[in-house]
Amino acid sequence: MRAPRDKFGRPVVVVTGMGMVTSLGAGKTDNWAKLTAGESGIRTLTRFPIEGLKTTMAGTIDFIPVEPFTSVGLSERLAELAIEEAIAQAGIGRKGDFPGPLFLAVPPVEIEWPQREELGRAVGITDFSYDDLVSAAGGGKFVGYHHRFVMGSVADYISATFGTKGSPISLSTACASGATAIQLGVEAIRRGETDVALCAGTEASVNQEGLVRFSLLSALSTQNDPPQAASKPFSKNRDGFVMAEGAGALVLESYEAAVARGAPILGIVAGCGELTDSFHRTRSSPDGKPIIGCMLKTLVDAGMTPEQIDHINAHGTATPENDKMEYQTTSTVFGERAKQIPVTSNKSMVGHTISAAGAVEAVISLLTLEHQRIPPTINYEIPDPTIQFDVVGNKARDAKVTAVMSNSFGFGGQNASLILTREPA
Amino acid sequence: MPEPVEVWITGVGLASSLGEGLDANWDALQAGRINADEKTFAPYVVHPLAQINFDAQIPKKGDQRQMEAWQRIGTYAAGLALESAGVKGDKDILGRMDMVISAGGGERDIRVDTTILNAKAKGNAPPGFLNERLMSDLRPTLFLAQLSNLLAGNIAIVHGVCGTSRTFMGEEAAGFDAARIALARIAAGQSDIALIGGAHNGERKDLLLLYEFGDYCLRDKFVPVWEREGRKGFAIGSTGAFLVIESKAHATARGVKPFARLSRVVSDRSHRREPGEITASLRKLWSGLGEIKDGGAILTGATGTEPVTSEERTFLGEHPDLPVRATGTRFGHNMDTQFTLGLGLAALSISRGALFPPGDSSGVEIEMKGPPTQIVVVGTGHWRGEGMALVEAAG
Repeated sequence: MRAPRDKFGRPVVVVTGMGMVTSLGAGKTDNWAKLTAGESGIRTLTRFPIEGLKTTMAGTIDFIPVEPFTSVGLSERLAELAIEEAIAQAGIGRKGDFPGPLFLAVPPVEIEWPQREELGRAVGITDFSYDDLVSAAGGGKFVGYHHRFVMGSVADYISATFGTKGSPISLSTACASGATAIQLGVEAIRRGETDVALCAGTEASVNQEGLVRFSLLSALSTQNDPPQAASKPFSKNRDGFVMAEGAGALVLESYEAAVARGAPILGIVAGCGELTDSFHRTRSSPDGKPIIGCMLKTLVDAGMTPEQIDHINAHGTATPENDKMEYQTTSTVFGERAKQIPVTSNKSMVGHTISAAGAVEAVISLLTLEHQRIPPTINYEIPDPTIQFDVVGNKARDAKVTAVMSNSFGFGGQNASLILTREPA
Repeated sequence: MPEPVEVWITGVGLASSLGEGLDANWDALQAGRINADEKTFAPYVVHPLAQINFDAQIPKKGDQRQMEAWQRIGTYAAGLALESAGVKGDKDILGRMDMVISAGGGERDIRVDTTILNAKAKGNAPPGFLNERLMSDLRPTLFLAQLSNLLAGNIAIVHGVCGTSRTFMGEEAAGFDAARIALARIAAGQSDIALIGGAHNGERKDLLLLYEFGDYCLRDKFVPVWEREGRKGFAIGSTGAFLVIESKAHATARGVKPFARLSRVVSDRSHRREPGEITASLRKLWSGLGEIKDGGAILTGATGTEPVTSEERTFLGEHPDLPVRATGTRFGHNMDTQFTLGLGLAALSISRGALFPPGDSSGVEIEMKGPPTQIVVVGTGHWRGEGMALVEAAG
């Protein structure tokens, strides 16, 4: 039995349940099999017309039906599936009664085009103004659209379904959101507010406007053919990220509470750190200081040194800039070891799951610790000679892994890192 | 567990339909002035932003152009709060200052939406029509002006606030929980100083559209919140409200005095399946605040929608000796910003030793003779969420 408190006197936070859904499949088992086989979930888009688009592929989740279809409805269903799996594994609470708070990373919610078009037809005349649309919205026919398209709608459903306690929190820190959800849970347990927290991230924004928005910022890969090869983190010919859908969920508990009820201990959240970049809305500071600072802060929070990290689950979006910045900053923190520590990008296979990424990748990091096997960075055919990472190219590798740093660096300068271990540090 | 740290409100920044800055808003409240527009967005009533010179807090035009009004209002008010706390330009403090922002989303391009919808309604748009119109007509950086977490991003860029950064969404509840989490972190020693707040732009037809789906919008004529029995709904407002909160030790060490103490924030989400549940939730939250003595008052963000407002009135009726003020009457409904607005006004009232006069003749708002020493800020979400905070005179 380990000490229930860490070296700073805080309750040790453990993971007792995990769940995930990605374009590779639903559930940890299917995902792990495909991740270690180096498979890609990226496909040519069939969900909507692709004429006029520069990027025509994504990691959509088309095997989960949602009727009537909305992106927010799909993100809700994905969160539900991932959370169901996590809670079932943790064996905690009862159906509809989860004994802790909910921290849920979600994409911003808004009315979507099919519903907007439905409203446009409901106006009943041609050549209408936006005022006519607003008029047509009232009168009660579309009450469900208010509830569906307010920001809090997904967390409302999830908290009602799973019976989480208190006011559910919906959050966003762009691409770092999933990690932030986990960090909020860790902090609440460390404060002694709760013994258990449900932390999840979900993303299902592959719709026409979602794709166009990122495309207009030149952030997306346009290497559409073959789609499976588009996401090329750390490669010389990388050209941007691939949008994807997914959800990841963790049940976090204090070590003491987990042991007391005989819960499975799947791993430890040894440390979390976060630091904001004030340089630019989409680009990192060229000196890398906020990202370096974020990683260092996380090591300090975990009470660990860089030498103790034996695997990095990178942000690895495959944008020309991120991957270069990631090597530069990782080298600063880890020195020469940056060339030796396996540094991989799950996004090569599941794409960029944006609001879910931090959570999905935390689950994959924990599975890596469990199986002592590192999923590869695929599509690594032409290495970028200036990025001297050992990316575990193309084929999974058995390795001794004791501590994983999982990094997420978001639009708007929000950087977050987690350190996950098997045993308390 | 060690004693929780005492947390002070040391900075308040406010820009609203009533004016820019604390004095302008205070004077307007004392005079009972309300800025409600019944014409521009008719039949909907909105509270438009007062005249603001954004240059004063967002000096680079390039920065202003990256934002639409929502983010500009917020970035502006954040600057006011930092100035109010005496930390503006202090790189050491700003570099480690934490942020918890409560946000919705940013403005749609109404013209683009309308053009597309008209073409679609005519029925002859080809399959790739939506893609082509969006690719060619949307300003590429508009997305950044719309992203919920980019208000925090802009505050980091413009004002240099660079500690941790979280953005909460979820309508009114985002405001309760931003304050709750920021307070909890400081009280437990996980943070020393934080910026909390948000902004709302009420001059938005895309927001009117969303709320009209539920028939939540006040129509035709402005009436105070407590006089909306025959005419339910909220009038969306334009407000930026930010606070700097910090531990007493941190504030004392740098020689600043507080506006007030932020003692407690509690929140919950009642199921709202049965009548009376909202009232019960408010009672339960109240019991978690600690003792409310003489010299107490209530600032509520009551919306004027139903059944929420009636259920809240039942609860308020159980505390008839406490003066009540509805911020929704004076400022309109500012959704995720309403609660922070209430906290800011509570801090201001305590520091100035007076509660502003009643705002209507319904009898719900009674005179307050002496200075308020405790103010409970109440938030009841129009659809979901209940929250309360206790703001007290700092000892």
